[in-house]
Amino acid sequence: MSDTADRVQKIVVEHLGVEADKVTQEASFIDDLGADSLDIVELVMAFEEEFGVEIPDDAAEKIATVGDATKYIEEHKG
Amino acid sequence: MRRVVVTGLGLVTPLGGDVETSWKNLIAGRSGAGPITRFDTEGQKCTIACEVKGKDHEYGFDPDKRVDHKVQRQVDPFIIYGIDAAGQALEDAGLVDMDEELKLRTGCSIGSGIGGLPGIELESVNLHERGPGRVSPHFVHGRLINLISGQVSIKYGLMGPNHAVVTACSTGAHSIGDAARMIKDDDADVMLAGGAEGTINPLGVAGFAQARALNMSMNDRPTEASRPYDKGRDGFVMGEGAGVVVLEEYEHAKARGAKIYAEVVGYGLSGDAYHVTAPHPDGKGAELSMRMALKKAGLDPSDIDYVNAHGTSTMADTIELAAAKRVFGDDLGGASMSSTKSAIGHLLGGAGAVESIFCILAIRDQIVPPTLNLDDPDDGTEGVDLVPHTAKERAVHAVLNNSFGFGGTNASLVMKKVD
Repeated sequence: MSDTADRVQKIVVEHLGVEADKVTQEASFIDDLGADSLDIVELVMAFEEEFGVEIPDDAAEKIATVGDATKYIEEHKG
Repeated sequence: MRRVVVTGLGLVTPLGGDVETSWKNLIAGRSGAGPITRFDTEGQKCTIACEVKGKDHEYGFDPDKRVDHKVQRQVDPFIIYGIDAAGQALEDAGLVDMDEELKLRTGCSIGSGIGGLPGIELESVNLHERGPGRVSPHFVHGRLINLISGQVSIKYGLMGPNHAVVTACSTGAHSIGDAARMIKDDDADVMLAGGAEGTINPLGVAGFAQARALNMSMNDRPTEASRPYDKGRDGFVMGEGAGVVVLEEYEHAKARGAKIYAEVVGYGLSGDAYHVTAPHPDGKGAELSMRMALKKAGLDPSDIDYVNAHGTSTMADTIELAAAKRVFGDDLGGASMSSTKSAIGHLLGGAGAVESIFCILAIRDQIVPPTLNLDDPDDGTEGVDLVPHTAKERAVHAVLNNSFGFGGTNASLVMKKVD
């Protein structure tokens, strides 16, 4: 697992209170990890904080899986 | 007429994370007070409180038992305490797994006096320092007072009335009284009713200190600071926690063979119409409230065996006692009256519910909890059994609980043993 993927997983585990092994790159925040739309807003804020990236609302709306988040962050982090 | 009985109890208090631990410690004469550990009290005029202890403490509270990790992260302490106490009450009543039909007839009336002050304080600083884009999306619903009732209804699928009282320190008593009426009015067969508070944060403590409501002279002697009816009393000690009861229509409870603790027979409400923080010196509002509760109960004042006083350890204790004497007689007609705030502090919006549960346990165990620190009783207390220092075994058939709040709001509940 890349460093980014590792850190994303940790944030998701902490925020959603789910088991780490469920937080695969394919896992959907809503369908697999029990998140709701507000949880995703909160997760996006946590990613922004952790990685120093800005994730605008239109980009955030396209983040459905853990992998989507990891990919976006890797492409945009400084 | 539909009768309302209590079939389940739940408590989170400074003396325990459940009913039996809290009660055992209360009866043993323990105090839940200590130096504030929750935050750095540097510069605060009051540095003591009755905190709910962590799970590693001998009588601490473990939020992981009944509150999801995710919810814990999103909401203020008062909501966590409330969800847990409601869960305990449902478990005690044997109603965790109720059928779909009963869920439609089961509601929640769990309020709070202040609500999510710690979260408001933190997010306000966050907004100021880091901007609006860093405010949590869970900020609003993690602080709202009706979100105990909301969270509990979601967790257990309860689709009956969803209500939340906000009447300062009368909240817990009003919540139970209002919920009992909802059952009487046939809005529901079962109601989870009670109150919670969790405002031991810098802003909460500073606010009450500035209002000159807190004891600020005994920071070095926390367990002695809450001393209702004592000449040396000098303000209340802040507590936190929650109390929730399961109220149930009597025939419904009987039909399912439920354990019945007591019947809620009287509910009185009034307003002082006087001052925002001080009670009216003539105590007329308190008297009206007690008299109304007794009248609704169809009981004579002499029928009451135990009064759980509002008794905050302030000058207002004198006013309440004088009002009680006018209602019950100079010796309170032989009733015992104690203030359990001497042990657990003032739970504000949770007080009326927690203290009603203590009243119910007094009926169950035929013992009344003590008023701690009553070393030098104030003038006017002569001839009244204020249960100083140690719990007292006695016959307890009917009880009255008083709760009064800022804004001049008063509530009294009368409960009695079901014969």
